[in-house]
Amino acid sequence: MENSSRFVIAVYVENKFGVLSRVTSMFTRRGFNIDSLTVGVTETPEYSRITITMSGDGYAREQMLNQLRKLFNVKKVEYIEDSKALKRELMLVKVKNDLDNHQRLLSALDIFKAEIIDYSVDSLCIEVTGTSEKLDAFIEMVRELGIIELCRTGVVALQKGSSTMLSGMETE
Amino acid sequence: MKLTGVEIVIETLIEQGVTDVFGYPGGQVLNLYDAIYEAGDRIHHILTAHEQGAAHAADGYSRATGRVGVVIATSGPGATNLVTGIATAMLDSVPMVAITGNVPQNLIGRDSFQEIDITGITLPITKHNFFIHNVNKLADQIRLAFKIAKSGRPGPVLIDIPKDIQTATAEYEPQGVIEPFPNGQPPKEDIEAAIRLINTKKRPYIHVGGGALGSKTYDLARELAEKIDGYIGCSLMGLSAIPTDYERFLGMQGMHGHYASTVASDDADVIIAVGTRFSDRATGDKSRFARGASIIHIDIDFAEINKNIPATVGVCGDISTALREIIDGVEKKENPEWAAHVEELRRLEKSYMPADVGLTPHKVMETINSVIDADTVIATDVGQHQMWTCQYINFKKPRKLISSGGLGTMGFGMGAAIGAAVGSGCKAVLVTGDGSFGMNLNELCTAVSNNVPLTIVLMNNGTLGMVRQWQTLFYSHHYSNTTLNRKTDFVKLAEAFGAVGVMCDTPEKFEKVFAEAYNSDSVTLIDCRIDMDEFVLPMLPPGGAVEDIIVKKGEI
Repeated sequence: MENSSRFVIAVYVENKFGVLSRVTSMFTRRGFNIDSLTVGVTETPEYSRITITMSGDGYAREQMLNQLRKLFNVKKVEYIEDSKALKRELMLVKVKNDLDNHQRLLSALDIFKAEIIDYSVDSLCIEVTGTSEKLDAFIEMVRELGIIELCRTGVVALQKGSSTMLSGMETE
Repeated sequence: MKLTGVEIVIETLIEQGVTDVFGYPGGQVLNLYDAIYEAGDRIHHILTAHEQGAAHAADGYSRATGRVGVVIATSGPGATNLVTGIATAMLDSVPMVAITGNVPQNLIGRDSFQEIDITGITLPITKHNFFIHNVNKLADQIRLAFKIAKSGRPGPVLIDIPKDIQTATAEYEPQGVIEPFPNGQPPKEDIEAAIRLINTKKRPYIHVGGGALGSKTYDLARELAEKIDGYIGCSLMGLSAIPTDYERFLGMQGMHGHYASTVASDDADVIIAVGTRFSDRATGDKSRFARGASIIHIDIDFAEINKNIPATVGVCGDISTALREIIDGVEKKENPEWAAHVEELRRLEKSYMPADVGLTPHKVMETINSVIDADTVIATDVGQHQMWTCQYINFKKPRKLISSGGLGTMGFGMGAAIGAAVGSGCKAVLVTGDGSFGMNLNELCTAVSNNVPLTIVLMNNGTLGMVRQWQTLFYSHHYSNTTLNRKTDFVKLAEAFGAVGVMCDTPEKFEKVFAEAYNSDSVTLIDCRIDMDEFVLPMLPPGGAVEDIIVKKGEI
């Protein structure tokens, strides 16, 4: 059995009522544990794109791909190899606004190319974008400044280069 | 022409070739039942005692005929009563369309009277489902439901129609029966890999599942067996695909399979699996299944390949095409050593059979075999009686066993037997147990009212026999809640429903009574008294492998 690794699966689904619950219901039924899931509109209005990150071995990956492909509203499923994936995630972090920490915070913002999007007397909200690892590192960086609340979008991903998921896809 | 939603439903069912539907009326399908009333001379509705019975009837109808079974229920409890029936069909890949009414869309989401989110509830147990939002799309969505139900690996599809859509009007133009999506063609390189592999092997074994019935490849499986000098075994779902008395057929394999077939699957050097998912009931411990064999897995459902058992060669696509090409490509073989080995397994299997003393399950099955014709449909419930049926009934034609394999639904048999008899136009025999029968015996009224040619063989042992068997073997004889001790008089019960009831406690009496019942026009229930400590043997214990098979009671 090959070792467990983290990977990304991109899914084109019909942009219709209830499709997301079909997908997530299948995860529950088959016992798949996912790390993150994002969904949004695409360049083609009739499709939405779901990006799933999960961990597992080759068996789990193959089962996930196959079971997704069986769903009627799913039009295309693609496993994006880590080396070919452009992955980004967005995070909003609310930290305490504490004058003693300002210098450290500002250098963290600078290094991580993060932005302050809300400023109040006792709190700051920071927006940071990047790979999941970068966001993890940023959290570590600001943890001791006192995180009040944080929220991450989960990963979105595209393949490198000009190829698209829909190219070569049969449309009915 | 302009029709109401419910008229569109009925017209679309008729255009799709539906002649019989099973169901139960209620508040949110009153309009639909009014349309059924109007179309009474063109579509035959069979009223059951309970929606679950209707769902099993639609399922049995489909299993016996290969056509799409249709069931109708109202919203709320009517819809939830279908759930077990839909799940049963899903687990056995049975094409079925379930139509439910729902409250009008302006009442959806308000916990209205008899409102339930049945599309949500049935998400994991349907191949697909629809909530109809637009009457203009109703006919096409029903057509699509039929298309999905019967395409590729079949399955149940549910259509939920809110009442406002039922009463709205739309243009309707009749269309022909919709064709399934075309089956994928098996890739040439996989076929060639399968052929090369088979050519190098000397102990071939063909394992047929329910997919062999769906794809009608029973003759091809035999042709392949003959060409490569192999043997055939099957899963429960594959039973009746191959005639029981075919010389190369070893019977069902697995937990309660035939000894020869289970052992042969382990001794084989190549298993050619046709339309099967390698259920745990067929394989036992997967890590110890068929240790010496390469696996060629042929299935229309790509997701089955490598799901339960890793395939040496996976062939995904149309099973008929795959088998045809494999047969044409493989070398003709003679494997005398393999044949001698299998004959030895068969000899051993015979030697394990205990002699019949009194009214044994084996004797009951042998009597049924001696009386019924080849067209008779045999339905079962779930438990010991089901396994005895699978082991001992002599199937001569495909689609003659109607049994819940995947879900193992006790209470399946009554509805399913009725549906199978209605669909096939043949006589039906239901083999059931006192436990299972108790779950849906209300459908006796349906059988009687509709003059269904049904004989019920009730294997009455006063216990939930299969659970008792496990309690004996694995739970220190703790018979927790399995000894029934009920005072039910099944003869009187049958009579109360307008059927004939007969009690039977000797093999001689059973021979006489069964022949009379089978040849009569009445629904007859035969209350067969059998010993509560009868075992289903052989038994491959759960999580066990071939070396763990229990073949005789004395070994326990």
